[in-house]
Amino acid sequence: MGYPHPSHPRETPVLSKHFGEPEARTLKGWRDRGGYVALEKALKMDPAEIQTIVKDSGLRGRGGAGFPTGVKWSFMKPDGKQHYLCCNADESEPGTFKDREIMRWTPHALVEGVALGAYAIYASVAYIYIRGEFTEPLEQVRAAVKEAYAAGVIGENALGTGKTVHVHVHQGAGAYICGEETALMNSLEGRRGNPRIKPPFPAVAGLFGQPTTINNVETLAATPHILNNGAEWYKQFGRPDNPKSVGTKLFSVCGNVARPGNYEVPLGFNFGEFLWDLCGGAGEGREIKAVIPGGSSVPFLTAEECRTAVMDYEGFVAAGSMLGSGGVIVFDDRQDMVRQIARLCRFYAHESCAQCSQCREGTAWTTKILERIAAGDGVAQDFDTLLSIADNMTGKTICVLSDSCATPVVSGLKKFRHEFEAKLKASPNVVSFAGTATAAAAPRAAGPTV
Amino acid sequence: MTYGPSTPKPSPDALASHGAHHDDHGPYAPVFAAGTAPRAELDELLTRYPNKMAGLLPALWIVQRERGWVSDEAMAEVADALDLTAAYVKGVVTFYTMYHQHPVGKYFIQVCTTTPCHVCGAEGVVDAFLQHTGCGELGVTSADGRYTVIEVECLGACGFATPVMINEQFLESVTPQRVPEILAALP
Ligand SMILES: Cc1cc2nc3c(=O)[nH]c(=O)nc-3n(C[C@H](O)[C@H](O)[C@H](O)COP(=O)(O)O)c2cc1C
Ligand code: SF4
Ligand code: FES
Repeated sequence: MGYPHPSHPRETPVLSKHFGEPEARTLKGWRDRGGYVALEKALKMDPAEIQTIVKDSGLRGRGGAGFPTGVKWSFMKPDGKQHYLCCNADESEPGTFKDREIMRWTPHALVEGVALGAYAIYASVAYIYIRGEFTEPLEQVRAAVKEAYAAGVIGENALGTGKTVHVHVHQGAGAYICGEETALMNSLEGRRGNPRIKPPFPAVAGLFGQPTTINNVETLAATPHILNNGAEWYKQFGRPDNPKSVGTKLFSVCGNVARPGNYEVPLGFNFGEFLWDLCGGAGEGREIKAVIPGGSSVPFLTAEECRTAVMDYEGFVAAGSMLGSGGVIVFDDRQDMVRQIARLCRFYAHESCAQCSQCREGTAWTTKILERIAAGDGVAQDFDTLLSIADNMTGKTICVLSDSCATPVVSGLKKFRHEFEAKLKASPNVVSFAGTATAAAAPRAAGPTV
Repeated sequence: MTYGPSTPKPSPDALASHGAHHDDHGPYAPVFAAGTAPRAELDELLTRYPNKMAGLLPALWIVQRERGWVSDEAMAEVADALDLTAAYVKGVVTFYTMYHQHPVGKYFIQVCTTTPCHVCGAEGVVDAFLQHTGCGELGVTSADGRYTVIEVECLGACGFATPVMINEQFLESVTPQRVPEILAALP
């Protein structure tokens, strides 16, 4: 449902069905709503069998990368080693606030999914890493874990099945980068949250050096539904011509939009209908100018592109962007795109962990140049400089935070170039032959330097 | 270290007026003394991890809850408790934005100004807090020691612009108009 708005008839509430119902937060309330049936069923199965069902369901990671969950789980074999499951509840990607709602309204849905996932990958211990600022989700999930332990739902002899599944909540301390999977593991281990060089991948050497699987909150919360209803049931949600993207997905909608909130729709939904009908368009008599459809790290779509885009992994790529985390950020026709892109880059500059030069320097300089352009002190040469920095920041670093900062710059310069040009300083000192050797070699005229 | 909008500044006023929270005068009183509740809490937490180092973030959270901030002495104490060095602990503390390395006001106010909130007018909310708390400037504690206001990056509640955190309390959909009433309601 579009909490805080009533559910729209075109939504398909599976994960969000009980948002806004305080009783759903308790163990009893959750059991009354069919909770923990899937976990009990799972604990009586062979983990490999669960991996197969999840693989067959077509569920893909909801944390941003869209990796097939069952395939990820199948990397984990019964090798006698200590395995770990990490649940990524660091949700900090601007525009994304779906995991927060799952945790604060249906904390047991997450505990069940986490326990199920841990068992399916032969792990006796799972950690839910929740960002430090999420005080209410922390409180709710901690209470749910406590209740589940007290009732014997998790722990040793979980649900009387003789299986052991421990679930612990770990509180982050403020760092967007800890959402990156290996940074999260470092952080959990009591280190600075620097992403690790891969390989080795977490399935080989992850948390505490042991084989580890990491999944997003929404991914794990979906698995009990799949176990209860079967892979075929899950696959029905999606467009018939694209079996690669199935299931329901929570989209968080924010920015200049009439009805912000979370909406759950089947993948393959039409983005135009979603934005204008379900979410009510820009609101306040305004027009939508641009939309970031999948969290701040994915390219912009223009309003025109939004009308025909299809909301699934392949559909958003075809439209020129990505599904990402499902965080939809709407910009209306009042917004100054240069300022907004500068603000986005400031976010990445603040959040860079600073271990790669391209990212540490690139995020900072990109922000400075953009802020200078936004202030009316830009020169045409800046565009080439920005694109060259963006190129150096893409595909060359330990994690993709660096790429994420380059994305709005490149896509903004492509789609809203006229706004950048309109801001350039009309200076007689600066002769601009953008892109030519002369311009590149010309010394910067006296003027503001970045 | 440079002070950005999200870094509280060590203000002499705050040091002098921090009341219940301050522990930078006189001998350092340990947080995790044997037989105390924080010690028991830490010991229980450590059972959840295969080594002591993993208890570092949780231990620092306990320190901050008990003392209001994480002093150098506290870092040394935590290091001792977890078989780490004080320099290592400091390296970790400085990575994360939520551990205060200086005392802050009684009410620590964090306003999200990242893009989705920015387009909904978050700057106006920041200005209203700076004005009505008397802080005037980001990261500076008000003369009476009551308030510190900072800007933060995305709080993960973008659909409820503008979200504001006052200590542990998470407020949604704050507008500049609501600010005086919010401040008046604080004990
Ligand atoms: C900079 C950065 C930040 C990320 N933040 C998050 C996050 O907050 N939550 C999340 O689930 N995944 C985040 N991810 C993606 C994770 O690295 C990882 O792919 C995901 O947790 C895997 O879970 P899934 O397969 O269930 O999607 C982030 C990635 C990067 C590079
Ligand atoms: S790309 Fe940036 S955030 Fe990622 S590891 Fe390198 S410096 Fe850190
Ligand atoms: S941008 Fe303000 S909460 Fe996400």
